[in-house]
Amino acid sequence: MAWGEFKDTVAERRLFQRRALVMLVLVVLALGGLLVRMYQLQIVEHDIYATLSDKNRVQVQSVPPPRGLVYDRNNLLLAENRPVFSLTLVPERVGGMEETLARLTRILNVSEEDLERFQRRLREPRRPFQEIPLSYDLGEEDIARMAVHRHQFPGVEVKAELVRYYPHSELTAHALGYVGRINRDELQRIDPVNYAGTNYIGKSGVERFYENVLHGRVGYQHVETNARGRILRVLERENPVPGEDLELHLDLRLQRKAHELLEDRRGAIIAIEPSTGGILALASVPGFDANQFVTGISVKDYRELSESIDKPLFNRALRGQYPPGSTIKPMLAVAALDSGVTTRERTVWDPGYFQLTDGGRRYRDWKRSGHGWVNLMDSVAESCDVYFYQVGVEMGVDVMYDYLSRFGFGEDATLDVAGALSGLLPSRDWKRAVRDEPWYPGDSVNMSIGQGFFLSTPLQLATATALIANRGKWVEPRLLKDIRGDRPVEEFLPESTHVPLTLKNPDDWEYVIDTMEEVMHGVKGTARAAARGTSYRMAGKTGTAQVFSLGQDEEYDAEEVRERLRDHALFVGFAPAEDPKIAVAIIVENGGGGSSVAAPLARALFDAWLEDFPAAEAGPVIGQAGAGGAL
Amino acid sequence: MAIGKLLTRHETGGLGRPRSIWTTLHLDPVLLLLLLLLTVGGLFVLYSGADRNLDVVKAQAIRLGVAFVVMCVFAQLDPAVFRRWAPWLYLVGLAGLVAVLLVGVGAKGAQRWLALPGLPRFQPSELMKLVVPMMAAWYLSRYYLPPSFSRIAVGLVIALLPMLLIIQQPDLGTSLLVGMAGIFVVFFAGISWKLIAAFFGMVAVSAPLMWFYVMRDYQKQRVLTLLDPQSDPLGAGWNIIQSKTAIGSGGMDGKGWLQGTQSHLEFLPESHTDFIVAVLAEEFGFVGMLLLMAVYFLIILRCLYIAVTAQDSFSRLLAGALTMTFFIYVFVNVGMVSGLLPVVGVPLPLISYGGTSGVTLMAAFGVLMSIHTHRRMISA
Repeated sequence: MAWGEFKDTVAERRLFQRRALVMLVLVVLALGGLLVRMYQLQIVEHDIYATLSDKNRVQVQSVPPPRGLVYDRNNLLLAENRPVFSLTLVPERVGGMEETLARLTRILNVSEEDLERFQRRLREPRRPFQEIPLSYDLGEEDIARMAVHRHQFPGVEVKAELVRYYPHSELTAHALGYVGRINRDELQRIDPVNYAGTNYIGKSGVERFYENVLHGRVGYQHVETNARGRILRVLERENPVPGEDLELHLDLRLQRKAHELLEDRRGAIIAIEPSTGGILALASVPGFDANQFVTGISVKDYRELSESIDKPLFNRALRGQYPPGSTIKPMLAVAALDSGVTTRERTVWDPGYFQLTDGGRRYRDWKRSGHGWVNLMDSVAESCDVYFYQVGVEMGVDVMYDYLSRFGFGEDATLDVAGALSGLLPSRDWKRAVRDEPWYPGDSVNMSIGQGFFLSTPLQLATATALIANRGKWVEPRLLKDIRGDRPVEEFLPESTHVPLTLKNPDDWEYVIDTMEEVMHGVKGTARAAARGTSYRMAGKTGTAQVFSLGQDEEYDAEEVRERLRDHALFVGFAPAEDPKIAVAIIVENGGGGSSVAAPLARALFDAWLEDFPAAEAGPVIGQAGAGGAL
Repeated sequence: MAIGKLLTRHETGGLGRPRSIWTTLHLDPVLLLLLLLLTVGGLFVLYSGADRNLDVVKAQAIRLGVAFVVMCVFAQLDPAVFRRWAPWLYLVGLAGLVAVLLVGVGAKGAQRWLALPGLPRFQPSELMKLVVPMMAAWYLSRYYLPPSFSRIAVGLVIALLPMLLIIQQPDLGTSLLVGMAGIFVVFFAGISWKLIAAFFGMVAVSAPLMWFYVMRDYQKQRVLTLLDPQSDPLGAGWNIIQSKTAIGSGGMDGKGWLQGTQSHLEFLPESHTDFIVAVLAEEFGFVGMLLLMAVYFLIILRCLYIAVTAQDSFSRLLAGALTMTFFIYVFVNVGMVSGLLPVVGVPLPLISYGGTSGVTLMAAFGVLMSIHTHRRMISA
């Protein structure tokens, strides 16, 4: 071997030993240094990193409460919750939004509309890390496809969500209202904590009025998530408190009946149980499918609904403000008697017209030839206009205003009907303020037969009719019958504010009701055809309101114009007259005469409520009793 | 010659201690026991770090088995064989490194593998971890020690040449280990402390130059991230923040085996490769780290003992350098995972998942065992 030089092996060994010792010291110091570092991280700063680690893995999630259900008075479901699978994206977790959307649309059925809506929602303000739905109601195939591909889509989830569903959609849309996605304005209004997991809110009707009751209280869960935000397990959970279930006064059978009666027409029917004020039926036809609105209606569908000349979205029962026409006569009869302007015996000559002054303007009676000598009973039964022109002028606007406002006109007298309008009960002050004109006697003439400025909603007419049926006892109309919980329903209903309408001679109620019975059952009663052959006594009043809401510039074809310029047919009434179980107000837009068109609808409703339904119920009840007895 | 060999063996056995079965097998029982302890324990940590993927553990076990076989084979060779072959292996290694730069294959923007037809894919840089200290030891031990200045210079060139080639791949971690292996030989050979001081002075001066002219952007980024991980908490700083969180949240006795949330919930990146020590620290706490460091320390201690008791300068220099290379592995890996050093691709030796470095490491232990068990009669 070529060891070229002299080597002192002992010296070299010693040298190496010294160097090895230096290295050993270095190793001890270095490994010791690492341990010091570990001590610093694991013991000294342990709390900091333990917190960081928990913050990494544990997230608090809100658990939305299931929304309360809504039943009708016979325990039939009107609004329920259905699980719906939707595809949602959390923008904060999605890598490239455009690219992700492009890939998603390749494997799933995502419509252009879904994409458009998604892009719109993406731009709207929202809570951080809140998911945005892309498409709703995924089919089984799409769910399966997402399950396969889900690892390729961080931030994309298939979420099961309870979504409101209205099984009797068109029937109940106007009565119940509907829920929809929380919008920007509502986001400002709601309690952000309680709505942390909620995507829907009541937009109208019962859903809106009882939002607080139906919503419930939010729950929480601590979940462990991995670095990609996927939930691995639930560590701790505080269950949400579900919303209260509501029972309404509404009777689905009567509601259906009302819809059938108005089929192919435009109009509204309100039925009230006078003793409780409970709204038994609230129909506005045409209706619409409220389920469309829950998950967000398409622009095209919405345009179709909102631009239809039949105005299906318009709630005629609560918001349709019509001249009440002759249906106001019973209320004015009460006013005329109680104010002493007229008596039961007083007669008025009706030549077919009325003049304030001799040779002045002639206010026509609907009957050109006139009714001749009429008293109050005849005037209501035959709907004589001239008698009411006369007493209306004698009462003057102030007296009429005073009494009619106590019937609930000119205000929203309901307890819990969201969106009900007040109509217009004109007064001297109103005319001065709005028109800047004094009140003329001619205005009183018009007002005395429910025309002129006077506007009322069908719900107000039904309310006033129920007040007559109750002989002046005020029971405000309401939808809520009961809460399916331990708490009494009174806690949830607003206070009633109306004082009873007490007459100087309480027997005047009976007299006015007699006049309304005469309408139905008298030989000259305007609605006698509709009441023929009843087993009970009806009280009612027909009405016909002139249409002057149509602008001249609106473009309809001639046929259409003629149809839509016809008078509105109205009817108010209740039955049985001596012990009223149901009071109704009916309007059929452009229906023509109240007696021929509206009154038969009331008869059909009364028959159903007083005869058909009890009979149908009695059958099975007896059967059950028999079975129970056998046990 | 045959008698000489026989004598040697006989004398080896007769140096006051009886010839043991271990000497016959050319294995060192102490080192073997420590290595088994480390690798078997490491498999348990790997099972957790790989999120209970048994396939990963099996693959690693097979690799370690192969590595143990390689160790045994190396242990059978006489140190003289390594010395004889060192220059040739070095030349082959250099050629390999050049070839990698020209026709190498790889992934993630680095070219580290050589795929020659008819041969299994291999990394010449891994080979150099063994060959560089061999070559340096061969060269320096030919002359008297401590070496003269010019021989030190040659020794450093032997180390730096492959190091520069490996940096070009680029593979900072391996080039560091290869370079250090050569430098340790120079150190053990007896480079004067004055020169060492001068060297560190030069490093201090050249560091800014390195920063501006040699280091690549991603390497600079790693240094910057080390200094302030919060500057980029979701990007480059993520790894360091998450690994420190894993280590720190382990506390004194850890969250328990398989209970580490940082690794199992995928917050900790590379949890079964370079960052596996964070898994151990999270699940077994400071106690676990103490045990791990103790095992590493005992291995290093045993290897230094082998180096000190080696019979000739070549063996001593080689054994010492290989030992310190192993130490560098441990120090750089744990240092980077705990946020003391910039992130360079150095695995935790014999525990991190990955094949080649394990085989090289075990081969080095084979060399050490060879040195320890092939003893000659000492003439003096």
